[in-house]
Amino acid sequence: MDKLAVIAVDGLVFASWLFLVSAGLSLIYGVLRILNVAHGGLFAVGAYAGASLVVAYSAAGLWPLGALLALLAAAVASGLVLGLVVERGVLRWTYGREPVMQLLVTFSVFLILEDLTKLLWGVSPYYAYQPYQLLGQARVAGIDYPVYSFLLLVVAGGTGLGLWWFVRRTRFGRLVVAVIHDPEISVAMGVNLARVYVTTFTLGAVLAALGGAFTAPMISVVPGIGVEVIVLAFAVVVVGGLGSLEGAAVGALLIGLVRAAAVHLVPVLELFTIYLVMAAVLLVRPLGLFGRIEARRI
Amino acid sequence: MGRGARGWFWLAVAVVAAVAVAGRTWAGAPRPSEVKVGIVTFLSGAAAAPFGIPARNAAEVLIEELNAGRVPAPYSTRGVGGVPIRPVVIDEAGGAEKQVAEFRRLVLDERVDLVIGYISSADCLAVAPVAEELRALLVLFDCGTHQIFEERTYRYVFRTHGHQILDNVGAARYILRIKPEVATIAGINQNYAWGQDSWNTFRDSMRRLKPDVRVLAEQFPRLFAGEYSAELSALLAARPDVIHTSFWGGDLESFLIQGLPRRIYERSTLVLTTGDTVLPRLGQQIPPGVVIGARGPHGALAPNVPLNRWFREVYTSRFNVRPVYPAYHMSQAILGVKHAYEKALAANRGVWPTREQVAAALRGATFETPSGTIRMALGNGHQAVEGVAFGITSRYNSATKEMELTRVLSFPAECVNPPEGMKSEEWIARGFPGAKCP
Repeated sequence: MDKLAVIAVDGLVFASWLFLVSAGLSLIYGVLRILNVAHGGLFAVGAYAGASLVVAYSAAGLWPLGALLALLAAAVASGLVLGLVVERGVLRWTYGREPVMQLLVTFSVFLILEDLTKLLWGVSPYYAYQPYQLLGQARVAGIDYPVYSFLLLVVAGGTGLGLWWFVRRTRFGRLVVAVIHDPEISVAMGVNLARVYVTTFTLGAVLAALGGAFTAPMISVVPGIGVEVIVLAFAVVVVGGLGSLEGAAVGALLIGLVRAAAVHLVPVLELFTIYLVMAAVLLVRPLGLFGRIEARRI
Repeated sequence: MGRGARGWFWLAVAVVAAVAVAGRTWAGAPRPSEVKVGIVTFLSGAAAAPFGIPARNAAEVLIEELNAGRVPAPYSTRGVGGVPIRPVVIDEAGGAEKQVAEFRRLVLDERVDLVIGYISSADCLAVAPVAEELRALLVLFDCGTHQIFEERTYRYVFRTHGHQILDNVGAARYILRIKPEVATIAGINQNYAWGQDSWNTFRDSMRRLKPDVRVLAEQFPRLFAGEYSAELSALLAARPDVIHTSFWGGDLESFLIQGLPRRIYERSTLVLTTGDTVLPRLGQQIPPGVVIGARGPHGALAPNVPLNRWFREVYTSRFNVRPVYPAYHMSQAILGVKHAYEKALAANRGVWPTREQVAAALRGATFETPSGTIRMALGNGHQAVEGVAFGITSRYNSATKEMELTRVLSFPAECVNPPEGMKSEEWIARGFPGAKCP
């Protein structure tokens, strides 16, 4: 019984992290139909920005819990700047082009961001563990968990609900939904497509940076962390159905729980669990859990 | 000119020519203006900060000091035999195939005299046969796999440090010395050759040395996973006496950052076989009671000999951080090469040696390094053996900004390396025949 509880908690913690690092990728694909490989680079910049801000904040000796706000601020600032620059500077020239070309462009942006992080922050690791230790421990089924892990659950849940509210309940969200369904008709009806695209991409970039910033306190922030995240985020988004936020949430939950079960029951399989889930889901539903079949436009 | 005079003229020409030819032989083949050494180490990617950069730094400072003739005895001659060393530094990132191509380029286009390189075992395994094919001298300086010289024999390939067997046999022996009552063990190691080999060696050694030891958990997360929440829960739930890990670099640091607040060290003794690299980085974060290894007598566990004191001093004053074990491994390779060249030069009575002569001189050689004496004792004299030392963290030293190590125990090379001609797995399975331990 204890084991089940532990598996559930570990699964939820990992799932919330997975959702946090993949929500931005899913959102951007859903609206712009671009698989944004630069997501990994945005994640890394968020992590570095978060780490350095937390280090500076902690050194200043201010209110400790403010370190969490520092993470949030770092994510929003770096996501806003980079999202705007990348969309306005690069991506908008690729709209309407071949998907392969868009993929290559985002990949090159990813490479540029990788080098940019090395240029700005060097190759030595950054540690920002203060927020991770700050909140203390909580005991579940006889095992200590850092409260920070549960904070991730809250952040991921809040992000998911916020996005849902934004897309379903706001006027701008309705415009986004219209664009998702048919960009051309939306333009004909007077929707400012460029504005929808730049807003969505920037929001996606902020989400990527948010994932990075809230990961930073748990890890040693080193060059190369972005690559790992693209693979995981892509798996989550494919399982859930490309472009579906609900899908990303369910995909993250499924992968998180299966992986936690593997770690506790058959650790040798851990490496394959993500791909096992992906293969199993795609066998039954080739477009992912929430993927929709679209009519081909001529 | 008369007949006799012409004869004298030709005799004089013959004598001058003979003297010139002989003189060349007496003075030896012309010495090159430099010894060009390819140095391959990670300059980018996850292995750069913990391993690649310290190794490059060690090469930089050591070659500079050697060329200036400032290294203490027995290495006080300038460069190698008076000829300056010129390093050509290459990034190891990009995978084994790229490294094979880069190696060919170094040897065929750059015409380096030898290559010192490789941190990744995959790169070592891929490049070694190519070196043999090109008859190019290759000194492997940091990779851990024991397979290289146990699977085949080489003429041009050497490794001047011990392989992973000594880390993990040494760790098992150390644990049983400081904690003889140990009954249960667990491991968390990266899911690729290095992690699997390290864990298998440790687990099998523990079982051999104390047959009633039980294994409670074997975790194998992905390389560079970075998130270990579930694995930590599994280890905490298993409550083993000892947790072994061969994690390195960012993975090791992330594991500690996540594990220490969850008090993973409280119920279990943590054994970090590459722990030396994190001592200067994580400082006070590391609690007392953690077993630290350095893949040999390196870093915090290096012997207190003049060469080590000198090396530590020049490295620290240049880079503002003390050398960790990859820096020591690099120093072993460079000093081994210098030793071999000068030995070959002496055996050749001052004639500049060929590659084959340098290889012959390095084969089976014994030389001094900051890590103590290195003997090329295995793999027909191509694979070094060294001892290994472990210690356990005690208290924070605010002067060095590191945890101090206590109960440091050293195991000699004969205790933690298989004898020549025996494969490591067989040596462990047969209960370490021939091992001489204090």
